[in-house]
Amino acid sequence: MTVPAQSLPPPVLPAPVPPVNPETQEFWAATARGRLLLKRCLDCGSVIWYPRAFCPECSGLRTEWFEASGRGRIYSYTVNHRGEGAYQGQPPFVLAYVELDEGPRMMTNIVGAEPADLSVGATVAVVFHDTGDGTALPRFELS
Amino acid sequence: MSIRGKAHIAGAFEHPDRKIPGKSVAQVHAEVALGALADAGLAFSDVDAYFCAADAPGFGPISMADYLGLTNLRYLDSTETGGSSYLAHVGHAAAAIAEGKCRVALITLAGLPRSQPVPRSGTNVLAPEAAFEQPFGPTTVSMYALAARRHMHEYGTTSAQLAAIKVAASQHAQYNPHAMLRNPVTVPEVLESPVISDPLHRLDCCVISDGGGALVVVAPEVANELQRQTVKVLGHGESPKVAAGGPIDLTYTGAVWSGPRAFEEAGVTQDDIDYASIYDSFTITVLQTIEDLGFCQKGKGGAFVADGALLAPHGRLPFNTDGGGLCNNHPVNRGGMTKVIEAVRQLRGEANAPVQVPDCRIALVHGNGGSLGTRSAAVTLILGREDA
Repeated sequence: MTVPAQSLPPPVLPAPVPPVNPETQEFWAATARGRLLLKRCLDCGSVIWYPRAFCPECSGLRTEWFEASGRGRIYSYTVNHRGEGAYQGQPPFVLAYVELDEGPRMMTNIVGAEPADLSVGATVAVVFHDTGDGTALPRFELS
Repeated sequence: MSIRGKAHIAGAFEHPDRKIPGKSVAQVHAEVALGALADAGLAFSDVDAYFCAADAPGFGPISMADYLGLTNLRYLDSTETGGSSYLAHVGHAAAAIAEGKCRVALITLAGLPRSQPVPRSGTNVLAPEAAFEQPFGPTTVSMYALAARRHMHEYGTTSAQLAAIKVAASQHAQYNPHAMLRNPVTVPEVLESPVISDPLHRLDCCVISDGGGALVVVAPEVANELQRQTVKVLGHGESPKVAAGGPIDLTYTGAVWSGPRAFEEAGVTQDDIDYASIYDSFTITVLQTIEDLGFCQKGKGGAFVADGALLAPHGRLPFNTDGGGLCNNHPVNRGGMTKVIEAVRQLRGEANAPVQVPDCRIALVHGNGGSLGTRSAAVTLILGREDA
């Protein structure tokens, strides 16, 4: 039986392994379990992105992890036709900043959508793509 | 302390070539150093301060000091802020000269990305942000594309307005015999060029060139002894622009801080600027910068550039009369050096004749290093003719 072209799965993006260090190990371990963690300052309450064990807002050293909703909106996006590194030679792909409901704006990819369906402000939800190395990349789909 | 008038640019030299096969990077540093010192009427033995950034091969400023035989140095600076580094070097040299730390400062830039391309190494994996950006495949163009898209969303800026910046640069480049791209282009030609990372097209991007340049910054008493017309350093401001843990805003640059500092130190306003060299890695870089420097209202940059404001010699803000990075030269992917050099030419009355701004007395130079899409460092210089 022939599968109609429109039902083929979209191309899967490369999933390069992120460099993990002791400060971010918990974040990346959680991605492998399908959870998106954020850092919050225990002194001033700021939500900190990218995650770090230091609060750039109040200079505090006391921070905690908490689980994000995984929901947000597209802050900006681009369809990149000229990938480099692991993306070299790949079909055009979407690089974006997503503003999470908790406030941070994180760099990511939008997957599973036609470029024509994207817009600034569109609502998105997190998905995780396994890197094969005990971590997964938090990417987003239109929701 | 103010540096206003306490240092002069006495020598400026841009390597004439845009592709330089058969030479080493250190060799091109030496060629541009020689060119700038000859322009000033000075010798290597006069140099007592040396400034370079990460394009200099070897160990900070030490390897090049060794290569060049700079044995009289008493001041070193290897500030690295990407393409804006060389503007920072001018400001730092002026401050050091004003404090009596040195009298003759040499600044060099050189590299060979066309003849000897090296794979882009990407971000150092030890950079604290690396894991949260690099795996998603950001490239230089796509980072600026994100900034352009957000600016369009908030302010209604259009691709045709961005294209007007390239059109103005190309109008100027036709008079520069050394420019890589000398043919004037139209707005439709920019819009019909291939999309690299939407909304940016190929012609929204600067050139990639081999080459380099050098500057010699001297104390006023040294300037007085030279035959060559010099240019006064009137003001300098610099600022990183970082998210600092909070939400990034892609619609403005560090020029919102570096600009006012430079204007205040120089004691001038936007209305006093006769010519501007504006960092032009991409068209969107120019648009955001002129808004942030206060040449037009924030968000109105599109209308400003589409109205021909950037065209020399008679536009409201004649810019990048050498053709800029968009058409002339962007050596080693670092456009700050050539921005200073063209401002020096304008203030000396030595720009290409059709684009020489009449009676050019005060010039602004702005550099932006790093990326508008993540974190960057802005540097603004205000330079003046000897009578300024």
